[in-house]
Amino acid sequence: MEPNRHDEPHQPGASLWPIGFAIGIVGVLVGLIVSWPAVAVGAAIAVFCGFMWVRDAGSGYRDVIVHEPERRAAPPRGPAPPATDGRDAMPVMSDEEIERFPRSRFLEASTLGLGALIGGIVTVPVLGFMVVPAFVDQDEKDINLGPLENFPEGQYQIATFFTDPEAGEVSRRTAFVRNNGLTKDGVPSCTIISNRCAHLGCPVQPGGPVADEDAKKVNEGQSDEVTIIPTQPANFSCPCHGGSYDTEGNRIAGPPVRGLDRYEFALRNGDLVLIDTYSVSRVEGTGAEAEIHKYRLAGPGEHVDGLESLLYPIQAPH
Amino acid sequence: MARPAARRSRVIQVTNYPLDWLEERSGLVGGVKYFLFRKVPSDIGWWHTLGSATLTAFLVQALTGVILAMYYKPDPDSAYDSIQRITNEITLGWLVRGMHRWGASVFIILMFFHMARVFLFSAYRYPRELNWIIGVLILATGMFEGFTGYLLPWDQTAYWASVVGININGTAPVAGPLLAQFLRGGSEIGADTLPRFYSLHMLLIPGALFALIGLHLYLVVRLGVSTNPWTKDEEPPSARPGGRSGLTRPAARGVTK
Repeated sequence: MEPNRHDEPHQPGASLWPIGFAIGIVGVLVGLIVSWPAVAVGAAIAVFCGFMWVRDAGSGYRDVIVHEPERRAAPPRGPAPPATDGRDAMPVMSDEEIERFPRSRFLEASTLGLGALIGGIVTVPVLGFMVVPAFVDQDEKDINLGPLENFPEGQYQIATFFTDPEAGEVSRRTAFVRNNGLTKDGVPSCTIISNRCAHLGCPVQPGGPVADEDAKKVNEGQSDEVTIIPTQPANFSCPCHGGSYDTEGNRIAGPPVRGLDRYEFALRNGDLVLIDTYSVSRVEGTGAEAEIHKYRLAGPGEHVDGLESLLYPIQAPH
Repeated sequence: MARPAARRSRVIQVTNYPLDWLEERSGLVGGVKYFLFRKVPSDIGWWHTLGSATLTAFLVQALTGVILAMYYKPDPDSAYDSIQRITNEITLGWLVRGMHRWGASVFIILMFFHMARVFLFSAYRYPRELNWIIGVLILATGMFEGFTGYLLPWDQTAYWASVVGININGTAPVAGPLLAQFLRGGSEIGADTLPRFYSLHMLLIPGALFALIGLHLYLVVRLGVSTNPWTKDEEPPSARPGGRSGLTRPAARGVTK
């Protein structure tokens, strides 16, 4: 007697398609950050390999079902039992005509498939709503720190401002601004250091007197208020884990893996405007003559140069 | 004296009627009895209560958390004030917040004690490996509860501890920056971060915890409680036909010897 193989646990054969499928998914994810055409290519790879994988995995089910030969005496071959209107109710089927893909299995597959489809239609946008907003529209607005006269040459000022005035207090950030005067080429130069520690992001403090009584306010009382307080730091240091930096933001002690981040700036109608943030491995020289080793903005604790920077191939959009 | 006995049996019958009614229609009474009155090894003791202690701590967290959510406002401008109001103004608010705050530590500590007991008693062995794995997931999920809950008071400690915590996640190789961005809900901590942590803390992670704890208990009931390593009870015959002789005692459900 032939065993019915379909009653036994089905072990799909080894298949390489899942690897291609995974590569496709990775392509989609990377593409989300890098470019839309890459998403399309990744999706195409994923769909193709996924289809081939399903085909592979389902191959065992497409075998011909072996039927046990009928041993009972065949009933007399006559017309099928008559139905009420006098004709045959059902045609008599020969063995060849018996379905190899029974309706029950079709219904089972379509129920599962439709369920998965409906579930996916509901779930995917919802999960997208959870994840995607964190990764799109992250462009920061330019921040106007007010007239450049508020920043006397050669002296550090603590500038406190709002990156998103509508969000309020939660968007308050601080930078240390030093007007370096003009470079050799006659271009205005400012050193603008972010107070975000390059270790784990705590607020770095200036190591020196802070003249709170000389604080100036720009746009006082408005949502985009800027506070400017003079200070004479000998260094910058972090209260959380003791990271320490010199006045150019170079790490001199403690756990940070690089120097302090800096802001790009522009002068618009005599106002100092912060544009974008970038990361710095180290700075050689000081002030207007400094040579800054500049990198794309990375999160705190991430190396921007050397071997360890290979650990962070993908940066989320800033 | 037949009459008092008959009366008593009738009283019992009447008292039990609601339970019988429920049992007949749902089988719930039998189910609860099956869960609560299981056979356990004869010589287990207080060490084996750490799991239920952890469960109790979790239920306290769930209950106090639900009630705190009635007064807490997950908005950057009012979160801190609402915590101050809960602590200083609302009747018994100090108590419920204190229970939730200290209970969080109790829950985590008990999880570790329970894990130590299971480890030192070798209770993670066959056939209970899967329950160890689920337990580890519960531990990780519970720690994530602690992480997301720490931000909610929205004071200086909460804020900077969360900044550091998010950035530690951010230093994980490859996926780290993306993970940190997901946790922050953007490239910087902003107006969306606090509600995000609040939702994770009170909806998503507790849901996962309830499901994992359910699985954990199911396996405890199915596999029975393991003995002490120093037990003098006899090694029972293997619980599963064809399985190695293990620590399952009494026999798992549905297996006849």
